[in-house]
Amino acid sequence: MTIMLGGFGLCGIPENLIAAVIRKGVKGLHTISNNMGVDGFGMGLMLEAGMIASHIGSYVGENRLLEKLVIAGELHLTLIPQGTLAERIRAGGAGIPAFYVPAGAGTIVAEGKEVRDFDGKPHLMERALRADVSLIKAWKADRHGNLVYQKTARNFNPAMATAAELTIVEVEELVEPGELDPDEVMTPGIFVNRVVVGPEFKKPIEYRFIKEQGER
Amino acid sequence: MNGKELIARRIAGELKDGFYVNLGIGLPTMIAACVPAGIEVVFQSENGLLGIGPPPAPDQEDPDLINAGKQPVTTLPGSSFFGSDQAFAMIRGGHMNMSILGAMQVSCRGDLANWTIPGKMVKGMGGAMDLVASAARVIVAMEHNAKDGAPKIVEECSLPLTGKRVVHDIVTELGWFHVSADGLVVEEIAEGVTKDDIEHRTGCQVYFSRHLRPMLPS
Repeated sequence: MTIMLGGFGLCGIPENLIAAVIRKGVKGLHTISNNMGVDGFGMGLMLEAGMIASHIGSYVGENRLLEKLVIAGELHLTLIPQGTLAERIRAGGAGIPAFYVPAGAGTIVAEGKEVRDFDGKPHLMERALRADVSLIKAWKADRHGNLVYQKTARNFNPAMATAAELTIVEVEELVEPGELDPDEVMTPGIFVNRVVVGPEFKKPIEYRFIKEQGER
Repeated sequence: MNGKELIARRIAGELKDGFYVNLGIGLPTMIAACVPAGIEVVFQSENGLLGIGPPPAPDQEDPDLINAGKQPVTTLPGSSFFGSDQAFAMIRGGHMNMSILGAMQVSCRGDLANWTIPGKMVKGMGGAMDLVASAARVIVAMEHNAKDGAPKIVEECSLPLTGKRVVHDIVTELGWFHVSADGLVVEEIAEGVTKDDIEHRTGCQVYFSRHLRPMLPS
């Protein structure tokens, strides 16, 4: 089974749905998410539970266990450019089977892909991504599944909400239809199949500014 | 002023009023604090924010408001939020003016390697491949040599590439290097640095501009 999980780092991840998937104890999952949580939180917990067989993402540098499993050949990791990942998901939700982008031309990302020149520049053909289930985090929802996200917790969530057979959303607040201004709805309810209110949100912060600004 | 600060302050001198700029993680992030007075530059964070504000006070941190380095930030008057697909539409669509990134290796032809060491480091390219493939001017901000002293500016990158022929300029604590069709040209040289220093610490042929200038912080 293929699962998409929203979030960037630990921001805007469906932390309660991740906990529910772990309680269910399923194995052999193929996951699609920009990152892989950290050791001890987010998708890192799914990894520790041995549920993930393969992963597609753009950056997984915060997870040592993943690095170990990949180097040992125990988990199949596919790293792709972040913008290409976002667009492949968007295309998956929008019924566009493939498209061309310049990112990755002339690199190992191009291996096995059709290369075509447009306006004198090489572009790679990229295929759309879809999943069986998308696990999404939004700030507010109504019973139609209309969603509003908060700040940078939006990230991959709206695109992923469109690209699965079953889209499950966890929210901080469920409101009645009519309470969301139609102008503020970011994901229309047509894309959403289930909404749950998360009982608790830990929302850890991954990095803080220390010493010089920007230095970790 | 240390080397990193010189690099950040020199690159800040290239910013122009109204520019939209993406700063990579690490050294490039320091440039945000060096914008010359009197101009307005909008910094983009590819996780979905235009108009990155300064770091918040420790008790004001909002876990829903981070930059692409996953650090808490703030907004500014005029900031906006958006999803990842739209963030990269800005980048891929040529709406950004400048992209400033770090590097592990850069070749004299502008090939960039900054995302992986095979068999050793599994991290990922994040948005770097999209950023360098876009139409924006790409500047590499980095220390001139690796920690072991090895040159990072090389004839051919030995590490897997982030992009081929994508870098326009390289700025290190030694000087300003422009990637031209005829080779790598030293345009500016930092105070106290000699041409010999640059030749000894660089892994490819360099040409010194006829108009070689001192490299000064903005």
